[in-house]
Amino acid sequence: MNILYDEALDGPLPPVDKPRLLTALRALLPGVSILHTAEDLRPYECDGLSAYRTLPLAVVLPETVEQVQALLRHCHELRVPVVARGAGTGLSGGALPLEKGILLSLARFRRILDIDPKACVARVQPGVRNLAISEAAAPFGLYYAPDPSSQIACSIGGNVAENAGGVHCLKYGLTVHNVLRVDIVTMDGERLTLGSDALDSPGLDLLALFVGSEGLLGIVVEVTVKLLPKPEVAKVLMASFDDVKKAGAAVGEILAAGIVPGGLEMMDNLSIRAAEDFIHAGYPVDAAAILLCELDGVESDVAADCERVREVLLAAGATELSLARDEDERKRFWAGRKNAFPAVGRISPDYYCMDGTIPKRALPFVLEQIGALSQQYGLRVANVFHAGDGNMHPLILFDANTPGELERAEDLGGKILELCVEVGGSITGEHGVGREKINQMCAQFGSDELQLFHAIKRAFDPDGLLNPGKNIPTLARCAEFGRLHVHHGALPHPELERF
Amino acid sequence: MDADRSQMLQDRVRAARADDTPLAIRGGNSKHFLGRTVDGVALDTREHRGIVSYEPSELVLTARAGTPLAEVEAALTKRGQMLPSEPPHFGAATFGGMVAAGLSGPRRPWSGSVRDFVLGCRLIDGQARHLRLGGEVMKNVAGYDVSRLLTGSYGTLGLITEISMKVLPVPLHRRTLRIVIDAAEALRRLADWASQPLPISGACHDGNALMLRLEGGHGSVDASSSRLGGEIVDDAFWTQLRELQLPFFAGDAPLWRIALPMTRQLPALPGEVLIDWAGAQLWLRSEDSAAAIRNAVTELGGHAECWRGATAADTPFHPLPPALLALHRRIKQQFDPQGLFNPGRLYAEL
Ligand SMILES: Cc1cc2nc3c(=O)[nH]c(=O)nc-3n(C[C@H](O)[C@H](O)[C@H](O)COP(=O)(O)OP(=O)(O)OC[C@H]3O[C@@H](n4cnc5c(N)ncnc54)[C@H](O)[C@@H]3O)c2cc1C
Repeated sequence: MNILYDEALDGPLPPVDKPRLLTALRALLPGVSILHTAEDLRPYECDGLSAYRTLPLAVVLPETVEQVQALLRHCHELRVPVVARGAGTGLSGGALPLEKGILLSLARFRRILDIDPKACVARVQPGVRNLAISEAAAPFGLYYAPDPSSQIACSIGGNVAENAGGVHCLKYGLTVHNVLRVDIVTMDGERLTLGSDALDSPGLDLLALFVGSEGLLGIVVEVTVKLLPKPEVAKVLMASFDDVKKAGAAVGEILAAGIVPGGLEMMDNLSIRAAEDFIHAGYPVDAAAILLCELDGVESDVAADCERVREVLLAAGATELSLARDEDERKRFWAGRKNAFPAVGRISPDYYCMDGTIPKRALPFVLEQIGALSQQYGLRVANVFHAGDGNMHPLILFDANTPGELERAEDLGGKILELCVEVGGSITGEHGVGREKINQMCAQFGSDELQLFHAIKRAFDPDGLLNPGKNIPTLARCAEFGRLHVHHGALPHPELERF
Repeated sequence: MDADRSQMLQDRVRAARADDTPLAIRGGNSKHFLGRTVDGVALDTREHRGIVSYEPSELVLTARAGTPLAEVEAALTKRGQMLPSEPPHFGAATFGGMVAAGLSGPRRPWSGSVRDFVLGCRLIDGQARHLRLGGEVMKNVAGYDVSRLLTGSYGTLGLITEISMKVLPVPLHRRTLRIVIDAAEALRRLADWASQPLPISGACHDGNALMLRLEGGHGSVDASSSRLGGEIVDDAFWTQLRELQLPFFAGDAPLWRIALPMTRQLPALPGEVLIDWAGAQLWLRSEDSAAAIRNAVTELGGHAECWRGATAADTPFHPLPPALLALHRRIKQQFDPQGLFNPGRLYAEL
């Protein structure tokens, strides 16, 4: 099933008179960049999921919140859909434009408005890069904890929209745990504050609902994040295993022993070799798997924890253990992991990055199944995980120039996600549903839940103009997906009419 | 005793829907004093109880809404784990009530709140559908995060029947310090310490002294405790604070809970004050008018809830700006079009 917007399945979009709309927008937003020629639109035709591209009607780059409000109000009146875009690093096609819609870029909102080191908060505009916040806070000994591997590029607005995580979220949480307040503009142009500068706010927790809503409920125009004091020390232990399953089991053992590492990551042999080739991190290229376990905090605690983790790892069958000797080596250990995606990109013409989560106990079974699927589809799979929180990133290696391989890779990816659902997990841990996983949503949720999601959307955006077609599939789409995809002989959504 | 009574609960909601009678949902009724009074038929969740799954190495526990909170905590203690947000019991709290109220204890600024640890839940909505939202995995961004929206909703969006929560290991070591300094000095020191990596997990000025709790490994707790000074006292203080059992909370004077930004500026208000959450939560005993209290607090970027006393009987929770209230109503309308669940508990309009 093609994932580009399909009016037959995703709902009709109103026709737009482009010249009239452009004239109206120019009058409404004097001085604002409005791009509309094919050449100017090209850079915006996709996000990080580059296999799918659509040129938008126009790209608008406002610079003030008032301009965002005016734009949305106008589009609301004319019933023109709007898709928000931050840095465009999203991996699920969340910022994929619509042919009949405006792409609203927040790239000009790049100011850090305030850093309050006493209150440990920063107030920033949505286009500010994730890493720029930590850099600005560093002189105060503070940092912003969620650290997606894309942190040099991705925007905080995009992080809020995706509830982005990183290698440290087992201990420090996801975006939702680290933002206090988000100011949004809804489709009718109204500015609202969700959350507050205090630790909670009156009424329903709309901030929690909004984080991860993938640009469907409102446009983020300002974000207040929490800053944390930098840990005194951080140490990284690298453990090698001759069996992926033993490495998987060791993860649970560490947590059960009462230790919550700052980061707990796992890589399999294929990713180890790719990363080592690329970064020369000092990884053992013969190991079936490695675990990277970072312990951070106050020096004496970290030393004690290192000892305990070492014991647990040895008992779990680690064949080799090395503690990064100094900060340089620690950074190198991490560089290998953080560059695992591009590293795999070097050993294969293309790769497709998956993002499922599973209960940790299911890890050995899931790895075995992925191995079997990989054989069946004739495509290699490299496994990289945020092991501590059961978030896997299988990377499917393929060659888009070989006819049929992209489709095979996508089918294999879909199977892996359904496997995650089967063992009680989720089709996405941090990259979002976007357009990419719109069909697998039908496997994860029943139609009652999907209807509730649509109902929530209506409360914010009754006309469905913000980022339509993303995140939540229509029931018509699920019926079609079910028709093509009879799962274990049981039809999902049997109550729906098939067509 | 453990039983899955979700069918019965669903039937009750179906019946309420059929004869259009609002329901007043209750677990242990431990938080009956919070919020507005609900005019509805009582619906008790306590028969639907029991821990459904608990796997310490997954750091996840799932239990039915009617399970006593004490039972959940006992099961966790046995395996050296805990609910990090330290939710209050106020008597016989249930697991479901804990989530519906979303209240967190003294560790909240450092650990996160109840909502931060909610991973998934089951909900019976206004159409009597039994829904499964979120899950039992630590990271899950499929669909909207409804489970966290339900946390602190006081049962106004539906009947929560089951919840999965992330849990954490109990810290290896714990110590409580009492440092005799006044409130202003306490706030000044707390501001300095905020940007340092100290193992603080509780900070309260009770009117006489700064009470500090340190939690972590032996090394960090010992080192910080000798650096911060003060006298070592009993850890029981934090339970008394969490349960509002300190002498400060006795008597009939109106009790306000005030949430403030971490700027550690206090509102100038008549009455007695107890500072918790390192200055981000104040408890106020004051006869002052609701309007005066709320004005002073709003000016600082905070909000105020009336927990006891008739000063704000109709609006115990801080009123919402009109546009936000309108959005609340639209959300309520989508979850509960007939207004069956705890109507008016949060706000008259919901
Ligand atoms: C190499 C690589 C590594 C990555 N590693 C990680 C990782 O470790 N963890 C992780 O979580 N993610 C990771 N990502 C994914 C991606 O970086 C995150 O999802 C990020 O949060 C997207 O931010 P962005 O600014 O690029 O958003 P975009 O891609 O521009 O948009 C993403 C979504 O957010 C919406 N959006 C953007 N801005 C706004 C706004 N202001 N208001 C409302 N909606 C908005 C868009 O409509 C879209 O739906 C990685 C990506 C790459 C390319």
